[in-house]
Amino acid sequence: MNKEASDAVRPIDIITKKLHKRYKAEKRFKFYGILAIFLSLSFLLLLFVSIIGNGYSAFLQTYVQLEINFDPAVIDTGNLASVNFPGLVKQTLREKFPQAKSRKEKKQLYSLVSSGSSFQLQRMVEDNPSLIGKTEKIWVPDVPESDRRLTDFQLQLLDTWEQEGKIKKQFNTTFFTAGDSREPELAGIMGAMSGSLLTLALTLALSFPIGVAAAVYLEEFAPRNRWIDIVEVNINNLAAVPSIVFGLLGLAVFINFFNLPRSTPVVGGLVLTIMTLPVIIIASRASLQSVPPSIREAALGVGASKMQMVFHHVIPLAMPGMLTGTIIGMARALGETAPLLMIGMVAFIVDIPSSFTDPATALPVQIFLWADSPERAFVERTSAAIIVLLAFLIGGKISTFHPGYLTMTTSKTNLILIFF
Amino acid sequence: MSSTALIITLLALSVIGYHLGRKRAFSFGERSGGVRFLHSRPVYYGLLTALWCAVPALLIFTIWQVFETSIISNIIVSDLPEQIRTLPESRLNLVINDIKNLVSGNIVSGDIKPEIRQAAEHYKNLQSISNGALSVIIITLAVASIFLIWRKINPTLRARNHVEKIFTVFLIACSTFAIFTTIGIVLSVLFEAIRFFKVVPVTEFIFGLDWSPQMAIRADQVGSSGAFGAIPVFTGTLMISGIAMIVAVPLGLMSAIYLSEYANKGFRAVAKPLLEILAGIPTVVYGFFAALTIAPFIRDIGVSMGLDVSSESALAAGLVMGIMIIPFVSSLSDDVINAVPQAMRDGAYALGATPSETIKQVVVPAALPGIVGGVLLAVSRAIGETMIVVMAAGLAANLTANPLQAVTTVTVQIVTLLVGDQEFDSPKTLAAFALGLLLFIVTLILNIIALYVVRKYREQYE
Repeated sequence: MNKEASDAVRPIDIITKKLHKRYKAEKRFKFYGILAIFLSLSFLLLLFVSIIGNGYSAFLQTYVQLEINFDPAVIDTGNLASVNFPGLVKQTLREKFPQAKSRKEKKQLYSLVSSGSSFQLQRMVEDNPSLIGKTEKIWVPDVPESDRRLTDFQLQLLDTWEQEGKIKKQFNTTFFTAGDSREPELAGIMGAMSGSLLTLALTLALSFPIGVAAAVYLEEFAPRNRWIDIVEVNINNLAAVPSIVFGLLGLAVFINFFNLPRSTPVVGGLVLTIMTLPVIIIASRASLQSVPPSIREAALGVGASKMQMVFHHVIPLAMPGMLTGTIIGMARALGETAPLLMIGMVAFIVDIPSSFTDPATALPVQIFLWADSPERAFVERTSAAIIVLLAFLIGGKISTFHPGYLTMTTSKTNLILIFF
Repeated sequence: MSSTALIITLLALSVIGYHLGRKRAFSFGERSGGVRFLHSRPVYYGLLTALWCAVPALLIFTIWQVFETSIISNIIVSDLPEQIRTLPESRLNLVINDIKNLVSGNIVSGDIKPEIRQAAEHYKNLQSISNGALSVIIITLAVASIFLIWRKINPTLRARNHVEKIFTVFLIACSTFAIFTTIGIVLSVLFEAIRFFKVVPVTEFIFGLDWSPQMAIRADQVGSSGAFGAIPVFTGTLMISGIAMIVAVPLGLMSAIYLSEYANKGFRAVAKPLLEILAGIPTVVYGFFAALTIAPFIRDIGVSMGLDVSSESALAAGLVMGIMIIPFVSSLSDDVINAVPQAMRDGAYALGATPSETIKQVVVPAALPGIVGGVLLAVSRAIGETMIVVMAAGLAANLTANPLQAVTTVTVQIVTLLVGDQEFDSPKTLAAFALGLLLFIVTLILNIIALYVVRKYREQYE
């Protein structure tokens, strides 16, 4: 009997035997988890490294010093527009480097300096006519290194400049002050930024009051009936409708039906308002829900009307959460591109828009447009514009880190906010 | 008066109205022995006056602005000479455009005919008349309502109730926005889609295998027949979304499991917000990243392995879209996994299960409905995603199952068909609306199912 028992396989042995395997499976499973997080975060890192690595150089711009002789024989003060400023720049270059003889070499020489330098000269003369007849040392933008394939001849010329200390690299102010341009060294994001600003200003002005009002009604006044259920289902669904569909709505309703002007911040603002409203409503409702009922009861108890209770007591307490939701909605609107493509905010616009009915683009659309440009230097510009856009978004994100945000994350409906 | 000036005047008037109403209430209060003898606090009398001053005037202003241009254009057209008026509609629109450009002082193409110049003068005239009339009407209305309400104010006027009624109407109006938007989307997309289906039969659109949306200008040109069979577009969308989900679901789900079941508080506090950054990056940035970094990388690898990889391969777009969707899956799964009651885990541990066995056999099955709901939401997001595919996927509609080749998607087609200047009634642009309708319906169904599943699941454990 005893012998038999010791021969038979005891359950504990099976368990111990399997245990080793189970522990291994446990370790493997845990490793998969860490691997998943590690992979996701390394994609994030790769994205940032690739964008910053491509973009940081666009914040610097090389300038070349030229000694321009503002020859009165060339410059006709009566008609500045017809003065041959490009010729003046070319002449200066020729005098500087007489070794450029053949047609090809001259062409290479001219291509070292931005074609925008002639406009710079024109502006200088317009601002200060007394320059005429003098010889002035001025700095003109150089064509970005990444935008050209340098020949040996050009390298030789650049070396001469370098030795004479006539090349300098400095912060690229043009990038932040100019509108769009076909020449990378003259292109800037100011036009796109003011377009975005105008669009967002309208979006904020419309979506915040309407969103808060809708949330207040649904949360505090609405009777529980079928009609209100339909409204709620609609809001939740709209939060998940693809953004491009809102663009189609804008195109069909605002542009074709109401005949609003195409490519303008008005239409952009209206479309983005419709897109962000569900986000703001859902956030505001979550925030209203987190206000304790005792506040409401106390207000009603001392004789406030329902409207007074809501406007004097509940809304002020819910305001931080509502503002957080608004910031999230605005961040989404700032990064949104697809609906703006539909309503024509993709044009090549050089002027900086100053009113709601001027044609404009927005910052993400500018990124899209530059990303399509074949010039190598626009890759830099695109990445730099992305850095600026991300800086705005991160700024917005940081501003949501206040106590109101904490009360909101505990609420149920918050989940939808993260995703849409 | 310009519209900005008009609005500012109106606001100033309503501020004045507020003060007048409030002052009148105070004077009544003094006469009858204190403010407490009034029905409402003086503020409400002021508010009532201001609201009656501003709201009707603003309404009229809006309606006027909406209809002004079309009415004036109609008058101008009816005054044009016979031979211009009978031009076909597209030519007539050009003429009207010329007139409008002339009015706003822009450069007009070609020489200007005298009748056009005359029409422009007329237009300018009508515009200034309309502007003047609007200013007069609005200001008179505002002043008149201030006066009327001011006369009506007395201690028994229930000002607070009136004001609250106006506020309630405003709140209700705001809350119906969602309904109007949905109706607007459905109608705008549906009408154009129906016009499209009059030209191209529905069956050809849904079952056709060939997609080349172009319309001939002349009947005899090369490629004059457009083909609107959307199957290649659908398969392309499905392939890219499928690749995205293959990337996002395992990574997102495993991250969520690790974060909610294994990670300590400190790690979780750092990793979770970092993962959510992925969801906050604008999609245009992902598109640029896909086109600039990932697509060339995949192509180089493929070429080094002797494969023929397109530089706009479905794999690159799908991979990057998957990265974007990771936080959607992980945050939603994290949320539902946390909602699984601790007692269920404790029960499994008590039976001797290891943590991974508990997760695989107890926690995940319990959380499955919620996870499925989250994945469905992510799928609907992937189908509707635009910028990544516009920048990184192709334009040609290939019917292929090879992820290394270029495919196109519904959203890419909508964008390419609608960006640029086309006439609005060609089947080419209308096709975009048909695709939009389909996109809206599919995502709507996915969202409704997903939201229903998630909500049902939450109720189960609450």
